[in-house]
Amino acid sequence: MASLKDLRGRIASVQATRKITSAMKMVAAAKLRRAQEQAEAARPFAERMERMLASLGASVKGSPGAPALIAGTGSSQTHLIVVATADRGLCGGFNVNIVRRARQLIQKLEDEGKTVKILCVGRKGRDQLRRLHGSKIVQTIEGVGRRAVAFSEADEIGDKVRSMFDNGEFDVCTIVYARFQSAISNVVTAQQLVPAEPPVQDDKSQQDDLGGAVYEYEPTEEAILAELLPRNISVQIFRALLENAASEHGSRMTAMDNATRNAGDMINSLTLTYNRTRQAMITKELIEIISGAEAV
Amino acid sequence: MADSKVAFELVSPERLVVSMPVDMVVVPGGEGDFGVLPGHAPLIASVRPGVIEVYEGREVSDRIFVAGGFAEVTGERCTVLAESAVRVADIDVGDAESDLRTAESDFASASSDSDRADAERRMGVAQGKIDAVRRSSH
Repeated sequence: MASLKDLRGRIASVQATRKITSAMKMVAAAKLRRAQEQAEAARPFAERMERMLASLGASVKGSPGAPALIAGTGSSQTHLIVVATADRGLCGGFNVNIVRRARQLIQKLEDEGKTVKILCVGRKGRDQLRRLHGSKIVQTIEGVGRRAVAFSEADEIGDKVRSMFDNGEFDVCTIVYARFQSAISNVVTAQQLVPAEPPVQDDKSQQDDLGGAVYEYEPTEEAILAELLPRNISVQIFRALLENAASEHGSRMTAMDNATRNAGDMINSLTLTYNRTRQAMITKELIEIISGAEAV
Repeated sequence: MADSKVAFELVSPERLVVSMPVDMVVVPGGEGDFGVLPGHAPLIASVRPGVIEVYEGREVSDRIFVAGGFAEVTGERCTVLAESAVRVADIDVGDAESDLRTAESDFASASSDSDRADAERRMGVAQGKIDAVRRSSH
């Protein structure tokens, strides 16, 4: 049976933990709001880009001179997987879920006899993948979005992916990240970056816009596509990082909310035990005094 | 068509910078500037670093510097996807000049083609900013 002093110590320590978790929860909530606003602000750009790519891609995809970024290299032997996680833990199942999805993907590709390379964005992903797949990790990028995700950071990762592709180091590139849905839920998504998958053209809205006319291109369709496709990689990565940041803060907020509540429950039950023990001791002392007095 | 307008949108990766109906916009296209009036033929064009001029009536109501990107034009709207966008009035000439100097020294010391191309691009952007301010100041 724990002594009163031990119980007092435990209550104090759980109370200290609760203070920390509730502070983390509030910080995460503030950051979540900012991350969410940023993700929403970035949406128009990605949408317009997609629309342009849809109208371009549809016309170019089948032709023989199409750029490799959209048509592929003609093989799918080497896969690059960009695993986007957080740098920090204490956010519930956020990192674990992303890594699990990445592992499944790696497993599936290896069963098919493909070569897999991994580019880790975020420290937690690297830590969890290092044990099984350490030799496949090409590079780890840390410290992304410490304050807020900047487009230049996404562009750097995009540069890395593009230069690897230009050197023929992979054929297909996929990014694994958590798509933000709400503060309590996100969906782990694997999205193919290279070759680009142009979104399905929405015939109706396009026809309304153009009145049946076809776009003119300046300078040429190919030249624009050659410029647009590399940019699109950065934009897609940027979008993934923003969604990830929002999901991370959402997960952390939920996890810390649970932790705070659990700490509260624990304090209640410890306090109950503490009072019971104290009462039992008082009773015991009283009995001792009374039986001592009776014996005289 | 006298009362019709062009729905002009300027978007950077981080946010929607401008979204409003205007009478005309002049976009610095890769092959030369082009003006967009209502009923323009559908067009997708590349954009070089330069100034977008927004017209209300016959007056220029807004000047925005963009560091390259793409423009999509249809009969009723004009969407510009810019890598970065800043109002000419907000450009800091001192910053732009120091950017230009850094880019120039990077260009001189660049060891690979891609470094050189990057420095050249940055030189173009910085020079464009300085020119934009000079032109608007007189």
